[in-house]
Amino acid sequence: MNFPWLSWLVFLPLAGGVLLLATPAAADRWHRRWAMTVALAEFALSLPLWWRIIPWQPGWQLVEKRAWLPALGAQYYLGVDGISMLLVLLTTLITAVAILGAFGAVRERTREFYALLLALEAGMIGTFLALDLLLFYVFWEAMLIPMYLLIGAWGGQRRVYAAVKFFLYTMAGSVLMLVAILSLYFMQKGLTGIPTFELDAFYAMPLAPAAQVWLFLAFALAFAIKVPMFPFHTWLPDAHVEAPTAGSVILAAVLLKMGTYGFLRFAIPLFPTASVQFTPWIVALALIGIVYGALVSMVQPDLKKLVAYSSVSHLGFCMLGLYAMNPQGFAGSLMQMLSHGVSTGALFLLVGIVYERRHARLIADFGGLWKPLPVYSAIFLAVMLSSVGLPGTNGFVGEFLVLLGAFRANWWWAAIAATGVILSACYMLWMFQRVVFGPVTHEENRELKDLSLRERLVFAPLLILIFWMGLMPQPFIDRMQPALNRTIELSKQRAAAAAVMHAPPGAPFRLPTGGAR
Amino acid sequence: MSVLPAPFLLPVDWWALGAVLALSVGAMLLLLLEFLPARPGSSRAAVVALVALAASALAVTLARDARRTLFGGMFVHDGFAVFFTLLFCAIGAVAVLLSWDYVKRTRINHDEYYALLLCATLGMVLMAASNDLITVFLGLELMSLALYVLVGFRRNRLESNEAALKYFLLGAFASGFFLYGIALLYGATGTTNLARMAEFLAGSPLRADPLLLAGGLLLLVGFLFKVAAVPFHMWTPDAYEGAPTSVTAFMSAGAKAAAFAALLRFGLRALGGFPAEWVPVLGVVAMLTMTVGNVTALLQSNLKRMLAYSSIAHAGYVLVAVAAGGPDGASAALFYLAVYSVMNLGAFGVLTILGRGAQERVLMADVRGLGFRRPLVGLALAVFMISLGGIPPTAGFIGKVYVFATALKAGLLPLVIVGVLNSVVSVYYYLRVTVALYMQEPQGEPTEVSWAAPAAMAIVLALALTLWWGVQAGGLLEQAQRSVLGLL
Repeated sequence: MNFPWLSWLVFLPLAGGVLLLATPAAADRWHRRWAMTVALAEFALSLPLWWRIIPWQPGWQLVEKRAWLPALGAQYYLGVDGISMLLVLLTTLITAVAILGAFGAVRERTREFYALLLALEAGMIGTFLALDLLLFYVFWEAMLIPMYLLIGAWGGQRRVYAAVKFFLYTMAGSVLMLVAILSLYFMQKGLTGIPTFELDAFYAMPLAPAAQVWLFLAFALAFAIKVPMFPFHTWLPDAHVEAPTAGSVILAAVLLKMGTYGFLRFAIPLFPTASVQFTPWIVALALIGIVYGALVSMVQPDLKKLVAYSSVSHLGFCMLGLYAMNPQGFAGSLMQMLSHGVSTGALFLLVGIVYERRHARLIADFGGLWKPLPVYSAIFLAVMLSSVGLPGTNGFVGEFLVLLGAFRANWWWAAIAATGVILSACYMLWMFQRVVFGPVTHEENRELKDLSLRERLVFAPLLILIFWMGLMPQPFIDRMQPALNRTIELSKQRAAAAAVMHAPPGAPFRLPTGGAR
Repeated sequence: MSVLPAPFLLPVDWWALGAVLALSVGAMLLLLLEFLPARPGSSRAAVVALVALAASALAVTLARDARRTLFGGMFVHDGFAVFFTLLFCAIGAVAVLLSWDYVKRTRINHDEYYALLLCATLGMVLMAASNDLITVFLGLELMSLALYVLVGFRRNRLESNEAALKYFLLGAFASGFFLYGIALLYGATGTTNLARMAEFLAGSPLRADPLLLAGGLLLLVGFLFKVAAVPFHMWTPDAYEGAPTSVTAFMSAGAKAAAFAALLRFGLRALGGFPAEWVPVLGVVAMLTMTVGNVTALLQSNLKRMLAYSSIAHAGYVLVAVAAGGPDGASAALFYLAVYSVMNLGAFGVLTILGRGAQERVLMADVRGLGFRRPLVGLALAVFMISLGGIPPTAGFIGKVYVFATALKAGLLPLVIVGVLNSVVSVYYYLRVTVALYMQEPQGEPTEVSWAAPAAMAIVLALALTLWWGVQAGGLLEQAQRSVLGLL
């Protein structure tokens, strides 16, 4: 395969964004069209991955490997498997949808806005495709900059606070991961003599249980903040509420998945012993997140905040599925990641649409929207039910599999998590009732315009996915399951290898022996 | 390496001396040119300075593979010296470009300005290339005296005078320490020559001599003063704020790099690596420098002052690399210094073009809304801030990774953790600048930008390098690694 498919995927949006910056500032209609064209081209470019990736073939596919920093051994190393393929497709789809959805909302500084969205897309795709840990870290951190600027420059009232908080929280979590990556690198180098940041090399390196603990904690902190898991979630409501709609959509649909992806790709297979050791803690936090997120959602007067807290709850399911550590849990977790991306992305778009029309987001500002906005309300209904996890929609598949996996691991976990399902039905249905049903409570809502053709086009792919994933999830599961099973297999092997290690082969860090070397 | 038996001055390899000669000739020529009166808006001095710097860089490039010891072993021409000479010529050239329009606007366009700039550059080159503590001291003083004058060059501004006086008094004090350290080292080893000091110390029980330790530490104080490490940093914010901004740009990069160059050569060449007793000292100083610099920078509302504290913090990061020791630490320090010079020159460079005429618009509030009003200026400042904060995909990130990786390899885990947490703290104040640039509306009269071609060239060059080294740092990395090989 000579065509550098993955590099194109990473750099096409970046190039599109940079070109956009070179255009005159006033031509906002052209900025939109250009951004949409690039996003669609990117989506078209990513779509063949669905067929090209051979799920049962072990190892990475469409690999690209080039020397990057030879002095350190870092490489430009991209590759894809069934897991990252699905997340890349989610990213390209959601970005296109978010750009199309932003046409009406963003009227000023359009050039910079769309350029940043495209740069963000490049960063996200790079994060999912990077197989060199230093390269992964570069994408992981670099992606913060466009998101930070999107929240800070186009956000709501408290946008600066939210943007800075978002950046600092994520960065604070990540820097220790960098130290852990460097430690892994030196341990690997000490063992084999070859300096490299390749994920495969780290997968192949046995790690003593004692060393795993600290490294795992450093990785887990970075990912837990991103997910976000319960005590680290406070940046999320702020960022979501203040971000412009397109920002919220991408934040919820893709950025949060990077945390769970990080656990799936790095934290669990690299440090399986420590993962098992910390399972009670992580599951406890995930369960708290599920119930707490749902309870807090219930009392939110603000639609956007409600959706934001519902994300905390739904991502709790993803974490629970991962730490059930069985095929059902893994598959459920990944399905839940995808379906949360689609459903919550759609929910943020729906909130954005009424906000655009009414400049209000409080539940109390609405009521009886079905009469003036029948199409909108019908779409809202479908999306809301998918978020609740109604059988036949995408939300059901993920939650069901997660609960199945959790039940196999420990039926208590499933019992507590199931209350989250019930609670999510409560807050979503109650919210929907107050916003859509009943008589029109505010006169100004009577005159609202229903969805335009463009807005219907925004929701079309999301609705298709909601029902496709809900009714026929098998094509998705088929594509992810072999890679997930391999991850489980790898984790088991590494845990077994760690168990027989008595003395660590080189403690993680040598003690200082003085500077004279 | 062969040391001449007697201090014969001949034969001299003129090519190896080319860089020094070009700078000296340029400085003297500029002083002579004063006899020919020029128009007030003349650029001839800047052109002469630029040519001298280019000639110097060319000379050192042509002789880059040669390894020479000149003047009875007092001056060496090796990879290390070449690396730093090129760096100082680049810093000097960027400073000239930044000054070009700035000195005219602020009415300090005298030929002496550029003569002093060349003298300071010459001093820096000497510091990096000297193999003898006496020549190090000569270079240090040549650089410092020129900088004292340059800091006070805006004679009619009170801040400028105050800055110069403060810098001079504290600097003179530090020079005293430095000289006393040389004296003690001479007492302990019987020589001021680094190579002979190394020969004397090799295998000698005198390595633990308290006289040697005391002398070394006094010398270290002198260096730490010049790099603005805590607790010898007090002069920095005032001197950086009061100096003409182009001078601040120059000295924040050049003086720091020169002092580190001399420190590294002394540590690696004379002591054969920093002794074990030094590592905790360097480590504690590095921790303090990073923390005090970053925490104090959080409170600043004047960008020059903020960048002054940030430059203190960056000295701390370089000290982490120095504490890591060995050729790895030295090459990490070299790499970081090059990267730091580029991004810091860029950041101060943007400050030089803010405001019309002689006004200084360098408050945080002055850059509000600039990002959308002047996209390129805003982008440049934002990228420099992001790079100073060590966020990819910029050179600052690769620099920090390299420094922390080296320290981790040397087993300095606590230092690394303090370092990375510090960079999180630092991101807060660098982000404040981007907040002002992109997320706030200007209050009062918006800041005008004095966009002049030479300064624009310098800023765009720094911007391009900051981004380029962020994605393709391999070449510079290898250069840094190769440059320190000759030291051991």
